Amino acid sequence: MTEPLLKMRGVKIEGRSDETWNPIINGVDLTLARGEVLGLIGESGAGKSTLGLAAMGYTRDGVRISDGTIEFDGIDLLTASAAVKRELLGKRIAYVAQSAAASFNPAHRLIDQHVEGPSQHGVMSRAESEADGMELYRKLRLPNPDEIGFRYPHQVSGGQLQRAMTAMAMSCRPDLIVFDEPTTALDVTTQIEVLSAIRDIVDQFGTAAIYITHDLAVVAQMADRIKVLLKGDEVETADTRTMLDAPTQEYTKSLWAVRSFERPAKPAIATGAVPVISVQNVDASYGSTPVLHDVSFDMHEGRTVAVVGESGSGKSTTARCITGLLPPKSGQILLDGEALPASYKKRSKDQLRQVQMIYQMADTALNPRMSIGQIIARPVQFYLGLTGAAKRKRVDQLLEQIELEPSEYYNRLPSELSGGQKQRVGIARALAAEPKFIICDEVTSALDQLVAEGILRLLAKLQDDLSLSYMFITHDLATVRAIADEVVVMKDGRVVEQGPKVDMFTPPHHAYTDLLLSSVPEMDPDWLTNLLKERGVDNVGDAAVDKM
Amino acid sequence: MILWIAAVLVGMGALAWVFRFAGQAATGNVPKFRDMPFGVAYGYILAVLVVGWLIWAYFQGRSSDPAIANKFFFLRIGIEGFIIFAIAAWLFRLAGRRVGTAWSRKMFRAMPLTAAFGVMIILIYAILAIFAGLLAPYGQEQIIPGVAANITPGGDPALGGNPDFPLGTDQIGRDILSRLIYGAQNTVGIAFATTLLAFFLGGTFGFLAATFGGWLDQVLSRMVDVLMAIPSLIFALLLMTIASVWAPRLGIPLTVFMVIIIAVIDSTRVFRLSRAVGQNIVVMDYIEAAKLRGEGFGYIIFKEILPNATAPLLAEFGLRFCFVFLTIAALSFLGVGIQPPLADWGTMVRDLSGFVNYAQFAPMAATAPLLAAGAIALLTVAVNFVVDWMLHKSSGLKE
Repeated sequence: MTEPLLKMRGVKIEGRSDETWNPIINGVDLTLARGEVLGLIGESGAGKSTLGLAAMGYTRDGVRISDGTIEFDGIDLLTASAAVKRELLGKRIAYVAQSAAASFNPAHRLIDQHVEGPSQHGVMSRAESEADGMELYRKLRLPNPDEIGFRYPHQVSGGQLQRAMTAMAMSCRPDLIVFDEPTTALDVTTQIEVLSAIRDIVDQFGTAAIYITHDLAVVAQMADRIKVLLKGDEVETADTRTMLDAPTQEYTKSLWAVRSFERPAKPAIATGAVPVISVQNVDASYGSTPVLHDVSFDMHEGRTVAVVGESGSGKSTTARCITGLLPPKSGQILLDGEALPASYKKRSKDQLRQVQMIYQMADTALNPRMSIGQIIARPVQFYLGLTGAAKRKRVDQLLEQIELEPSEYYNRLPSELSGGQKQRVGIARALAAEPKFIICDEVTSALDQLVAEGILRLLAKLQDDLSLSYMFITHDLATVRAIADEVVVMKDGRVVEQGPKVDMFTPPHHAYTDLLLSSVPEMDPDWLTNLLKERGVDNVGDAAVDKM
Repeated sequence: MILWIAAVLVGMGALAWVFRFAGQAATGNVPKFRDMPFGVAYGYILAVLVVGWLIWAYFQGRSSDPAIANKFFFLRIGIEGFIIFAIAAWLFRLAGRRVGTAWSRKMFRAMPLTAAFGVMIILIYAILAIFAGLLAPYGQEQIIPGVAANITPGGDPALGGNPDFPLGTDQIGRDILSRLIYGAQNTVGIAFATTLLAFFLGGTFGFLAATFGGWLDQVLSRMVDVLMAIPSLIFALLLMTIASVWAPRLGIPLTVFMVIIIAVIDSTRVFRLSRAVGQNIVVMDYIEAAKLRGEGFGYIIFKEILPNATAPLLAEFGLRFCFVFLTIAALSFLGVGIQPPLADWGTMVRDLSGFVNYAQFAPMAATAPLLAAGAIALLTVAVNFVVDWMLHKSSGLKE
């Protein structure tokens, strides 16, 4: 075996906060052979991205590599001069960022940004690299590869942009590409296109890659080897198959077990039961653009209805109609069999109390200037009129329900909480109103799998204790499998299929449901290969959609 | 001349190259010198030259030959003032770290020197303004009998000064020190009241426009656009001229009109800012949650929006205060602001402005109008230092 391409030994990285240096990575070794793909997984805050950037000899501002060596093809990146690094980065080491939309310069066309690397490094002339760019676009299965480069970043979709970025990283035929969660922000159906495109091109050019993600199923498709990180320490490293079949460490096993959470099926709904919330023939539009067409479904007491679909399918808009933020053009919303006024402004305090909402981004859903206690206490006081000691007692009770220690968390600000804890506070705020019905809008999509599972378990427990009804908006079918009783599938503002979960997950499906279901990555490393074979390798997602 | 400048620039370029090369050779190629871009090396050379020139000029200013010393007089005062203030601020911060409550000691420990300077200056001004009657040796309108007019500051009889009047007297024989102290009361007090009023008006309407949106936003914003289209100083002048006719008829002091006029004109800027800031906050999910809870507008504005808007509003307050202050000084300078015989810094600059012409040969005499101007400048800088620091703290920025 020849020398490895990348060799990191005992790398320690520190970040500066509050005037002191705190460790982010405590001595991690990493070896990467030529043409090998290494998956780097862990929760957020585990130091995946920091380590990935360090592999390029780069650190973010306020971060320093304090110890260890990083050797790329025999060149010590830590002592290399700026000129040497400039020569390496972009040419021999490339980087694909998580958010392609934020990483492209919106003022230049894609191809202009694509040719910058090769012409800057003197690899190709501008014309050559333009032609090469189109070739790469074709290899990455972008539509209209000869023209798409002449568009501006806002004129192509997120998945296409992510592929254009991969093409850009490939432009100099680097030896190493660092992928930093390239598909995290994408829909399941788009994710597949990007994954298969990336996998093929990395394969074709024999490029080594570090693939950073928190999605195990994704990494299983992409990587030859997997390295698990926890709080800056390496947990274990092994071949993908070995790792999936026989993880040795407790932590890895717990990561693997996340997807096993599933609630037992509930008995069928009694005929004639009055639904808590009934959406009836709702049409809605933003301005003159229609978004919802004749949407109807019921939600019953103590049950969870999962509403699934891609972004733009009208899931969140339906929620806005139910809460009254967007009065429907026609149709109505019934609460316990009685029609709710269309606009929230016209609803009574009690009607408002019964319908609560938990938001996707806990960061923007909690006022950053209020303490946790204040945030939860407000609905307690507002709806139930409790004050003083009684209010405090109720807030403590709610904090206990969401499994946060009241004495410790009452006076904290949202910024002093982790993502999962913030989401719990969001749940407590909704619970404080003592509602019958809670809308959960993608509540777990911004969270790591372990944390998300905790939230799902909590929601399930609360439902059993308080017989709440949930409307669970999500695009993640694993979540649906875990928590839903009934499923509503939406596409382009219409309900395409609805029914009990068991029926939804057993064929035959509506073509679109089928596409959604089959696009959820599985832990099997051969899953993507098999799926592509099944669908016929060409442009997977689009082809399936077109068939409908 | 151009050739000469070009020669210096090229010479500096060569020096920068030599400097970097020497650095590389002397330190065995440490990354700092190895990766230093040419521009940075050039910057070092430039900085060294400028500091060198300042030191040279400072000693020119201390020369015994008055012809040379006078040329560099103000530069010398500036450098001395800078050093003295820096030391004073450092001592002030040191004192703040030793005495006071645990809270204030902790605050002083985390305080940068600039902020300490700002706090110190504001404290001094506040004390002067509050206790003006006790601190000032003479009255603000008192023409001291038997004392010459236009005594030069400095108290050196050889240069036309008088030790009894360390800052000299003005053109009708009033003590400038006393008038400066009273000026703090008048100018700063009125500016503070005006800024508060401007923020009350602009902030309230701005947040209302942001939360309600729709026609209310349109009406308010277009009105503000109209007001902002008129150059503010000219507009203020015009309104003040009208007010000066009304004031005696209505029996209301002109100062009240001035406060209202400047406040209204400045509130348009505050309106724009608070509306923009408010609009960014209104789209947050927690505002939506509050709306869905059925909260009223009062709660949403004061409990949900305002706490999140304090940082930019505070920064604007510091800036706005300085602008208001300068507007008052400018109006007084033009003769429609604070009326004599009340002491006001703007008026003092105007009244003594003729002396600036003596700067070449009698710098002490030229200092007279600059004292009030310096008082304005010092406060402006101090307020901005403090605001910067507060912003830095509240934004939670690191480094």
